[in-house]
Amino acid sequence: MTAVDARPEQATEIGRDRRRKEDARLITGRTRWTDNINLPGMLHLAMVRSPFAHARITGIDTSAAEESEGVVTVLAAKDFDESLGVCINAWPITPDQKTPAHPPVAVDRVTFAGEIVAVVAARSAAAARDAAEMVEVDYEELPAVVSLEEAVKDEVLAHPDLGTNKSALWVFDSAQAGTGGNVDEAIASAKSDGIVIERTYRQQRLIPAFMEPRSVVCDPTGEQITVWSATQIPHILRFAFAATTGVPESKIRVIAPDVGGGFGGKLQQTPEEMIVFAIARRLGKPVKYTETRSESLLAAHHGRDQIQKLTLSATRDGQVTGLKVELDANLGAYVAIVGGGVPVLGAFMFNAIYKFPAYQFNCQTVFTNTTWTDAYRGAGRPEATYAIERLMDELAAEVGVDPLEIREKNWITHEEFPFTTIAGLTYDSGNYEAATANAKEMFGYDELRAEQQQRRADNDPVQLGIGISTFTEMCGLAPSRVLGSLDYGAGGWEHAQVRLTPTGKVEVITGASAHGQGHETAFSQIVADRLGVAFEDVEVLHGDTQIAAKGYDTYGSRSLVVGGEALVRAADKVLEKAKPIAAHLLEASVDDMEFTGGRWTVRGTDQGMSIGELSTAVFAAHNLPDGVEANLDSEATFDPENFNFPHGTHLCAMEVDTETGQVKMRKYVCCDDIGNIINPLIVAGQVHGGLVQGIAQALWEDAVYDDAGTLVSGSFVDYLLPTAADTISFDIDHTTSPATTNTLGTKGVGEAGTIASTPAVVNAIVDALRPLGVHDVTMPCTPERVWRAINEGSAGGETTGAAAAHFDPSTGMSGNVDRTEGDVQ
Amino acid sequence: MARISMRVDGMKVTDDVEPRTLLVQYLREGLGKTGTVIGCDTSNCGACTVHLDGDSVKSCNVLAVQADGCEVTTIEGLADTVESDLHPVQEAFRECHGLQCGFCTPGMIMQSVDLLKRNPQPSEDEIREGIEGNLCRCTGYHNIVRAVQHAAGTEVNAL
Repeated sequence: MTAVDARPEQATEIGRDRRRKEDARLITGRTRWTDNINLPGMLHLAMVRSPFAHARITGIDTSAAEESEGVVTVLAAKDFDESLGVCINAWPITPDQKTPAHPPVAVDRVTFAGEIVAVVAARSAAAARDAAEMVEVDYEELPAVVSLEEAVKDEVLAHPDLGTNKSALWVFDSAQAGTGGNVDEAIASAKSDGIVIERTYRQQRLIPAFMEPRSVVCDPTGEQITVWSATQIPHILRFAFAATTGVPESKIRVIAPDVGGGFGGKLQQTPEEMIVFAIARRLGKPVKYTETRSESLLAAHHGRDQIQKLTLSATRDGQVTGLKVELDANLGAYVAIVGGGVPVLGAFMFNAIYKFPAYQFNCQTVFTNTTWTDAYRGAGRPEATYAIERLMDELAAEVGVDPLEIREKNWITHEEFPFTTIAGLTYDSGNYEAATANAKEMFGYDELRAEQQQRRADNDPVQLGIGISTFTEMCGLAPSRVLGSLDYGAGGWEHAQVRLTPTGKVEVITGASAHGQGHETAFSQIVADRLGVAFEDVEVLHGDTQIAAKGYDTYGSRSLVVGGEALVRAADKVLEKAKPIAAHLLEASVDDMEFTGGRWTVRGTDQGMSIGELSTAVFAAHNLPDGVEANLDSEATFDPENFNFPHGTHLCAMEVDTETGQVKMRKYVCCDDIGNIINPLIVAGQVHGGLVQGIAQALWEDAVYDDAGTLVSGSFVDYLLPTAADTISFDIDHTTSPATTNTLGTKGVGEAGTIASTPAVVNAIVDALRPLGVHDVTMPCTPERVWRAINEGSAGGETTGAAAAHFDPSTGMSGNVDRTEGDVQ
Repeated sequence: MARISMRVDGMKVTDDVEPRTLLVQYLREGLGKTGTVIGCDTSNCGACTVHLDGDSVKSCNVLAVQADGCEVTTIEGLADTVESDLHPVQEAFRECHGLQCGFCTPGMIMQSVDLLKRNPQPSEDEIREGIEGNLCRCTGYHNIVRAVQHAAGTEVNAL
């Protein structure tokens, strides 16, 4: 392992728990959320959405709505021309992928409940909504296919004209790829003389549920059409507008102002954005649309929703020999912008930190008449991590050893880095032993195991389970060449510019577009150290295509490891440009110049100039060397050569009441290795928030459709987002194996907690119940499912009714009680 | 239309509103108090929490006409200026990194102020119960709990 740490000696900001620059406006309510924007003459939109999952539109009568007070116009698909554009799929995962056209407004058929069929423009949001209720749409209902299990049978078709629900089959095979052996042979061999574990796990459908509902404003009255959107991807959105509407990109400015969370849910080009853009252009007036929460849960893209059929083979003593993954992934009604690429991102991660000699991954993407799915925090990697970390526990149980022991037997040791995996990735750095040792100590592992034994011996009705997740992930999306080889339609570089003002302040422009991550603070710390300027003197500008002209935005834990590296390189170019000017002004040879203590100094003297002084001198330009331009500003574009591989050991203790099925988190400890840390406060926040999203998948969240394709969990009453009372405080720490693929040695942290925590929780619940014969509980592990697992030997059944709700009398107004009447599987 | 008068963040206002207007809509659209935000439509999320005559309410759950004659304090009225004089709870949220995207923050701060008014030295469980009506998707609540502890002057959990 080679530690790359090229931090300048004067580093004082990196590693410091700086309070965030962003917070002043957020804690005082002086923010610019998109919905806060009001422009003169602005009109408001309301959407008419299909109540049916699958239906033919046989008539739309807008006359009553048009006569409603304050209404300007009511439009259906027939009223738009091709300048409305389309919703794009940027990642056709196979050449023969079936990709139905995705118009922003349904033309003659709706394919999920919530799809837009007509739009009202009015002088106020209330007037628009009133009128939307008056639009009469006649539907002829068609058979709808809702569940993944039904869809793969191809009996009822989500898109009859496609002739199948199957969109694409993506396969990786280690024997074919030359990265390893033949998995079927490994499994066959283990069947006769080893261990074969076959499991089916369900990744339930989740809803990103960012706190700020999506909102978009378009002002067409300037030379450029300006769009403000609550989006993670202003640059990609601008590209999509240009690519599909015929408006030149140079005529479009997209701004992501303060954005209230995303978690992948705002990594999308949405029908609503396309509609606002089209209507603003059509009417020549500013237009706004802000969704209600119910609309957001119904029609903003969902995440996860996979069925994983897994076969793991091992020797009798628990050495893994093969892993075969057969995945069905629910696309919903359309292939979203990343769409089928999300499960494919998991293809490289099922083998995780373990040395499998043979591996095969098969992913079938499938259409249903449900809301389309796309990225949600982790995107493909939580699903993979869940599967393998659950399987390793199953293997440990089969062999009869501690689950940590089976992991240690199979993981890549720290001496083996860099390590090329069976999936073809090269992990640059890591130390699973160190992270695990630290986590065990923090957790009090041996004491808790002893308590578990005692409770088992005592037949305590409340049993204790210990769950483990020794996860890794690939993040820092992404090397453009790799994306190209996977047929992704864009690149993965990031861009940065560093500008010096005459008074010596620094403006940093980044193509990453933060929505809560604290880039303004962390990036200021990086630049302050790099250039030797004050933290307060750095201004980070982002999220506006007119200011940050180039970029690939924020997702996939990429901002620091890709965008931060672009920033380092741009800052280093500033220093290089400053060097001959400093030498000239200090009347020294360029060869004698060195950058120390935040200043260009003449070696062996006390003479020197700061970047601030140099930028003032360059501004005046009275005395520059011949042929040197009066400009220190620099930019850089960084395209990573490899992904970035954070890892960690997460340990979770769950108490399970075997009489009621109620589960309670007792303790959660994690030790993450995310390389060098820029700001430990921000890192802690990312870990905490990530943990709760992953824990929520294990315990609470589930987007449930009824048989007709109606989203039952379509409000915060029914979709169970955890509250402060549902959660606990966490114990987090870090070990450090710096990444070798970026100058600062950093690794991504935005998704780590979510990727790691889900299997830790479920492993803990299963661990508590294993002596009772339980080897699985389907997520979310509601009390009912846990109770059924104990009493009926099942994994707990489907969620067919609503999930547990906080404010329902039947839950005692406290949540955590499942009202479902699930069938036993 | 119904005529209403109230005092909002110290400012006296009188307006005609549709009777169906929610207090949060009046604050945002009528008065430009956009610091108070709307996060849901079922009164679950608490992002719109303000103080009505000193007590926290979800302003999506109150009609503007019900606030007639009342005193309303929003996040914008909690501190006299944005440069200084931050309320201790606002300062604590910054100090303890109790916010990320910041969308739930106005409501979370207003609720925390109310919680500490009723119970100046809450235990961790009392803090968690006290802010249960406010949803946050970013922080996992860990640092929000710390922020409330910090504002209360009680022992603050580890980061």
